[in-house]
Amino acid sequence: MFTTSLLLALKEIRRHKLRSFLTTLGIIIGVASVVTMVSLGNGATQSVQEQVSSLGTNLLTIRPGQGFGRGGGARPAYFDLDDVEAIRTQIAGLSIVAPQTSAQATAIYEAQNWSTTVAGTTNGYFQASNLELAEGRFFSAAELAAGKSVCVIGETVRANLFRNTQSLGKSLRLNDVSCRVIGVLEKRGQGGFGQNTDDQVVMPLKTVMRRLTGNQDVQAILVAVEQEFDSATVGDAISLLLRERRLLRQGIEDDFRIFDSKQFSDTLSGTTRILTMFLGAVAAVSLVVGGIGIMNIMLVSVTERTREIGIRLAIGAVRREVLMQFLIEAITLSSIGGLIGLVVSFVATMLIALAVDLPFMFDFGIATLAFFFSALVGIVFGYVPAKRAASLNPIEALRHE
Amino acid sequence: MTRLIEVRGLTKAFGSGANAFQALRGIDFDVEAGDFVAVMGSSGSGKSTMMNILGCLDTPSTGSYHFLGHPVERLTQDQRALLRRRYIGFIFQGFNLLARTSALENVELPLLYRGESRAARHQGAMAALDRVGLAPWAKHTPAELSGGQQQRVAIARALVTEPQVLLADEPTGNLDSERSVEIMQLLSALNQDGGISIVMVTHEAEMAAYAHTIVRFRDGLVLAIEQQEERIRVHN
Repeated sequence: MFTTSLLLALKEIRRHKLRSFLTTLGIIIGVASVVTMVSLGNGATQSVQEQVSSLGTNLLTIRPGQGFGRGGGARPAYFDLDDVEAIRTQIAGLSIVAPQTSAQATAIYEAQNWSTTVAGTTNGYFQASNLELAEGRFFSAAELAAGKSVCVIGETVRANLFRNTQSLGKSLRLNDVSCRVIGVLEKRGQGGFGQNTDDQVVMPLKTVMRRLTGNQDVQAILVAVEQEFDSATVGDAISLLLRERRLLRQGIEDDFRIFDSKQFSDTLSGTTRILTMFLGAVAAVSLVVGGIGIMNIMLVSVTERTREIGIRLAIGAVRREVLMQFLIEAITLSSIGGLIGLVVSFVATMLIALAVDLPFMFDFGIATLAFFFSALVGIVFGYVPAKRAASLNPIEALRHE
Repeated sequence: MTRLIEVRGLTKAFGSGANAFQALRGIDFDVEAGDFVAVMGSSGSGKSTMMNILGCLDTPSTGSYHFLGHPVERLTQDQRALLRRRYIGFIFQGFNLLARTSALENVELPLLYRGESRAARHQGAMAALDRVGLAPWAKHTPAELSGGQQQRVAIARALVTEPQVLLADEPTGNLDSERSVEIMQLLSALNQDGGISIVMVTHEAEMAAYAHTIVRFRDGLVLAIEQQEERIRVHN
């Protein structure tokens, strides 16, 4: 009996292609939007996590001042090398402590010039920020200690100054300081967070202090926390130490800020996850609406096909067979809609991910769920019209025009 | 031999109380196997109600109806559907074919409900279409066929299950006289050569002339039952 009903339902669907397609459209859109939203959301979460972890995991960045804005009031004092030393010696669980200072400068090589940021730091900076070399080397201990005029340049700087020519070993000028290129950084691209590491010239801390900024200020301290230590606890310890060193009494706010990349990453991926769930829920509503669409058309179709149902009953169809035929029709339509929706969402996710540069992460879990939900929609919303069709009186149905 | 149809004291009322309409007021009549019965009467005489009851589409209010010796009024709805599927072929005035469906598929439909295999369905349906002379039109949909051809498809659909009896409700009502004669000759041939029992409702004397027995209805009662020895015979 089941195969009979299935056969009849399939014949009926094939006979009314346009109507079937329109019936299915709601489900197609519903399933496609749910799966696309969730898949893209997952891609976004993944992308956020990757970008933040590319900044270096378990990384604390300490800067003077509070909040993101620069305006208002006297600027709090920068750190100095003694602060760096105090953190290095008094705080447990740190793998890297890298002081940083920076200046804006125009880099000049032959006829080319390029305005960029010059960062003075130690090799710890590269390590903590996960920066790798495309060619050349990092600073030697001697160069760092003596404050030699050597630099490691980012890809953007290299491309703008040297084009296709060899850059290693060449000397470029930063304002009126000349320095020799010893390394070129691997291209990373605009990460979206923090500065663009491709557009910078990195020099030993001492060199920048002496030749470019002309002072002993440390503008930021990068601290990498060892895996087995909790970055929040370490951050608290550093905060306590710095308050002491900066003579802040109890009740006075910190005049510096510790930026925890792990916390940042957790917050961001938490936000995108909530956003994904929200978008998925909105899309799920459209799936239900799609189900109502199926019920609508099926109900109309029962009325329109009253005579046909009468004929079927007259030539010996049992009521259960009529019920099954309509139910299977609804389930088949919604399932086919679900399948088409999955294909659409797969393509859409791929294209959108490509267009907005997100990782392509098709969520097969939600795809399966959405498919079964669409079939369920068919059962739920197909039952009422099917029941109505099966309970028609054959004599009246045959008289129906 | 068991009598095909035996109806005793059959009544049928529609509605209830003061609005009740008594369509049948106590009908007695029989159909022997192999008979060709024409039920005649003016509209409102109860002949269509009678046909619906004979076809197990409707149940009598009182009285008994035995089909091949079995009391039909005691069967459940599904059992009556199975009885229709197995023993009864319907022919309607309005043909009642499924639109947008080929003649072949229309004829296959009863076999589909019977659960026959694809090959058996095709073979059976083609044989039935051949019997009504429409085998070359198997792939055509009702819209592509003339009225006479559509009624032949409907007859093929009724024949395909090899039923005990064909119930025809004004089978020529929608056809011109020439097509009507063709259909009547076909039915007559099926009855005489195929031995299929036929009960046909009509109000046209020319059509009733093909029948062996004429049952006249008036106001829900059987007025007369006549045996026609001089009926029209068809010899192919």
